[in-house]
Amino acid sequence: MFENYSDSQVYLAIVLAPLIGSIIAGVFNAYISRAVAHTVTIAGVAISFILAMFVFKYFAFDGAQAYNETVYTWMVSDGIRFEVGFLIDNLTSMMLVVVSFVSLMVHLYTIGYMQEDPGYKRFFSYISLFTFSMYMLVMSNNFLQLFFGWEAVGLVSYLLIGFYYKKESAIFANMKAFIVNRVGDFGFILGIAGVLMVFNTLDYADVFAMANSKADLTIEIIPGDFLFGGEWSMMTVICILLFIGAMGKSAQVPLHVWLPDSMEGPTPISALIHAATMVTAGIFMVTRMSPLFELSETALSFILVIGAITALFMGFLGIIQNDIKRVVAYSTLSQLGYMTVALGASAYSAAVFHLMTHAFFKALLFLAAGSVIIGMHHVQDIRKMGGLKKYMPITYWTSLLGTLALIGFPGFSGFYSKDSIIEAVHASSIAGSDFAYYAVLAGVFITALYSLRLFFIVFHGEERMDHHTKEHLKESPWVVTVPLVLLAIPSVIIGGMTISSVLYGDYFNNVVIVQQAHDVLGHLKETYHGPLSMILHGITQAPFFLMVAGIATAWYLYMKNPELPAKIKGSFGLIYDILDNKYGFDTFNEKVIAGGTRGLGNIFSKFGDIMIIDGFVVNGSAKSVAWFSGIIRHVQTGYLYHYAFAMILGLIGLLALVIF
Amino acid sequence: MFSNLPLLSLVIWTPIIGGMLVLATGSKNNIEAKVLSLLVSLVTLVLSIPLWTQFDVSLASMQFEELIPWISSFHINYHIGIDGISMPLILLTTFITVIVIIAGWKVITYKTAQYMAAFLILEGLMIGAFASVDAMLFYVFWEALLIPMFVIIGIWGGPNRVYATIKFFLYTFLGSVLMLISLLYMYMHAVDVNGVGTFNIQDLHKLPLSLNAQILIFLSFLLAFAVKVPMWPVHTWLPDAHVEAPTGGSVILAAIMLKLGGYGFVRFSLPITPDASMTLDWLVILLSLIAIVYIGFVALVQADMKKLIAYSSISHMGFVTLGFFLLWKITDNTGSASGAVLGLEGGMVQMISHGFISAAMFLSVGVLYDRMHSRMIKDYGGVVNTMPAFATFAVFFAMANAGLPGTSGFVGEFMVIMAAFKANFWYAFLAAITLILGAAYTLWMIKRVVFGPIVNEQVEHLDDMSGREFFMMLLLAFAVLIIGLYPAPLLEVMHASIDNLVAHISISKIQ
Repeated sequence: MFENYSDSQVYLAIVLAPLIGSIIAGVFNAYISRAVAHTVTIAGVAISFILAMFVFKYFAFDGAQAYNETVYTWMVSDGIRFEVGFLIDNLTSMMLVVVSFVSLMVHLYTIGYMQEDPGYKRFFSYISLFTFSMYMLVMSNNFLQLFFGWEAVGLVSYLLIGFYYKKESAIFANMKAFIVNRVGDFGFILGIAGVLMVFNTLDYADVFAMANSKADLTIEIIPGDFLFGGEWSMMTVICILLFIGAMGKSAQVPLHVWLPDSMEGPTPISALIHAATMVTAGIFMVTRMSPLFELSETALSFILVIGAITALFMGFLGIIQNDIKRVVAYSTLSQLGYMTVALGASAYSAAVFHLMTHAFFKALLFLAAGSVIIGMHHVQDIRKMGGLKKYMPITYWTSLLGTLALIGFPGFSGFYSKDSIIEAVHASSIAGSDFAYYAVLAGVFITALYSLRLFFIVFHGEERMDHHTKEHLKESPWVVTVPLVLLAIPSVIIGGMTISSVLYGDYFNNVVIVQQAHDVLGHLKETYHGPLSMILHGITQAPFFLMVAGIATAWYLYMKNPELPAKIKGSFGLIYDILDNKYGFDTFNEKVIAGGTRGLGNIFSKFGDIMIIDGFVVNGSAKSVAWFSGIIRHVQTGYLYHYAFAMILGLIGLLALVIF
Repeated sequence: MFSNLPLLSLVIWTPIIGGMLVLATGSKNNIEAKVLSLLVSLVTLVLSIPLWTQFDVSLASMQFEELIPWISSFHINYHIGIDGISMPLILLTTFITVIVIIAGWKVITYKTAQYMAAFLILEGLMIGAFASVDAMLFYVFWEALLIPMFVIIGIWGGPNRVYATIKFFLYTFLGSVLMLISLLYMYMHAVDVNGVGTFNIQDLHKLPLSLNAQILIFLSFLLAFAVKVPMWPVHTWLPDAHVEAPTGGSVILAAIMLKLGGYGFVRFSLPITPDASMTLDWLVILLSLIAIVYIGFVALVQADMKKLIAYSSISHMGFVTLGFFLLWKITDNTGSASGAVLGLEGGMVQMISHGFISAAMFLSVGVLYDRMHSRMIKDYGGVVNTMPAFATFAVFFAMANAGLPGTSGFVGEFMVIMAAFKANFWYAFLAAITLILGAAYTLWMIKRVVFGPIVNEQVEHLDDMSGREFFMMLLLAFAVLIIGLYPAPLLEVMHASIDNLVAHISISKIQ
């Protein structure tokens, strides 16, 4: 790549630059100024961003071959080498650009957003540490390091959701996020164990090379024939277990419950971690594992259905939220569902393509929401906003661009990626694809509805904020607005620019393996004639009409006739309650799962340990010894005539034995 | 330079003799006793380093061996030596003892010299147990080390210390009586087979035994070691002992004494009774899985921080015993023994890692206890506001306890789960539940103790860690991170011995 440096040095520099920044800002927290803290961390991320751009050019334009090398051997046991190493190819280089760019924007933005926060330096340390962890995740060449990065981003997410550690809701949310993610990781580590059992290595290249030859292996998990009993394809088991990991990290139903609560964290990390990068780790992972997932249609169907449920039902919840960040959070859930659906349909490239466009426009929307929150003096309730357009023009226009990208307005980035997913699912023939198709189709209407609802309520209409807030309402400083503008650009153009090569070209040829029978994108390719014709075709199709209908409905409900939503809410009380309770997932988890776990703990502790083991067995034996010795003690009275009497009795007994 | 010295003996006897000297300084709270103790523990640590640097990792046999006849008429020898299994545990002991001496520096004001001396003598006895090649010598150390621990809990312990010490003593003592009988039986049996009795553990490894004899011996060993580990259901002495023990006592108990139980399985049970181990492996696996899952639930509902960590220890030690006994189930399931080494080495790594992490966890509680004189979770809340440095360490070690990759807590659990999957899907399934439970009980405690707003006036007036406390936490944090990021050197030490062990136990001893 560069003349005087080896490729491995470049990759190491990408990883280490943000780590060093993080360590300086974190460890020397007390000894450095705020300016030093943000300078070192931003410098670290900026270096890695610049290098990532070079890496991207190296792969996308110079056509470099995949780089797959070990950095160091973590350990050797049982003849298996567990290593830390990098696999850099077209997929990785694209992820690097997305992660480093969004991270850099968020770093800049943080200077403005966190200005008054006493934890300023700590925050910079955390987000740089996150960037490092995310790099480790996407650059890994093996399952072990993947898991390392996977858990490391989870750790930083934990630290950042609980950043306001005095707030009860924040420290509950971060614990919840970590534990729910651990449920996913529970599946994930079992999946990795399955991989190790089958392949005896955790190295991607070796595993993928052998994958086809192991496709016929089976495992009996539950003996017998009924329900889930009998022989299962080993690949199905492994893929579903790995996907459970993805369900945690990428917040798929029913492991999605942590993501809305994660909004307790400061807004910059909602953009970086809980929208653009970390939550897409699951999508990245499944794409990386396509050679394995392609071997199990059962697993693909499972993924498809889970994704479709998430895409549709989480979208509904976006409609009734009144917290500006939560609307965007439910939108994120729904969009992650779209990506997952694409994975299930074997349209891995479409999933990653949507991951990329989504990273830009969703980071934009979150940062714009943050800008609104700054302007509103940390009010997040959209019912107290309105008419912000004239106070915050840059935020307004960038939000508009982000919103149009999100709803898939023709020509915007989101249009290309989302329409491709819908088309791909339509073309797919695996079990569940019909349901998924209608789910993602209906999702288009829902997306447009909640997005425009938010947009209209916040930026247009009546000004509902209090007098004091209104007086101070102004556009955010440049460190906030510049990232907005810089993110708005790719939100608009990146889709049209790259679709021809990423989705319908050969960009992912050597990365994503799709079996002939599942190759929906190959099928779509035949009718693809460039981005412009895709727009022309798109505006004659159902998704476009649904989107327009969504916009119109939002306009009618929240601009034209703002009293109507309250009436609808009144007459559909039951549906509203269900949505308001988020389908009851949280209640169920708290009452049944968490309550049940504590209950079981109490039973085991009070009944098992204290009563049976200690009370009955241990202290019981002690008591029986005491009881027994209490009786025996009566024999030892200390009176001589008692002993003499006993001796005589004994003698008589002995004599009796001898005589008879 | 060291080659002519009886290095191993020095490592054993320096702290014991040093401890006696400390006792001689008198019972006042004098600085001399503390400085001398620290010096002795540091010298011991330094002396133990060549055991590692000069250790030949390619050998499975005993190294640094010393043999002096002791009770010749019964062929009992002062016979010591180390291999890749015992060496890391000895280094762990010398390292942790230094930490414990530092931890008691300011805190113990009552009979300080005796306190320090007890820990030094205990250190020597524990190293002696790990280094014994003679079974009777092992037994002497094994029983002798109960005494200083008994004294530590009994004198410097909490209000309910009498109950705890007696429970601790009876449990562990009763557990080992049958082990003694088994050793005597094997001595007599060796007379029958070889014409001469032996207590040499390596000879006992080779001693042919019928299956019935093996099963009886195995069960007697199991009782002795299971109590020490401790395994469910003979674990209830541990939470009581921990709660009553002073901080240093808890640290030694969790970090090292429990490891004697795990060590016993690899040194005695597996190699001496391989056929019985094969027959009864299901029992150990079952008890281990119960420990991991059941105790995980129990830990969740504890109101006392020390109890919670004690239960967490039991749950984590379940991985050790699980990893040790996977060989035969793996062979049954996959047709090859590949994965057995992973399980055994995983158990070993888990022991070392747990030594550091549990020490750090108990020290953390100690730091709080010294200030607030309460171990109850409900008395705390919002500690981070007044003790940010402490909070950083507490969260770090909590994550290590929850097995976060990059910390040592991950390595052993990961290896054992990988190996368990090869044996049976459900073993791995149940073991992996610790990912959820471990995170739940640890982080829930952290949430209630460390995070949140300040809950009462006492928390408001807490002082952050002193330099001394900071230093010992930092040392442990380094150890946890280094093993987590680069476990290769630790494993390299074990390979030869573990490979040898697996080869040995794969062959039947029944003749």
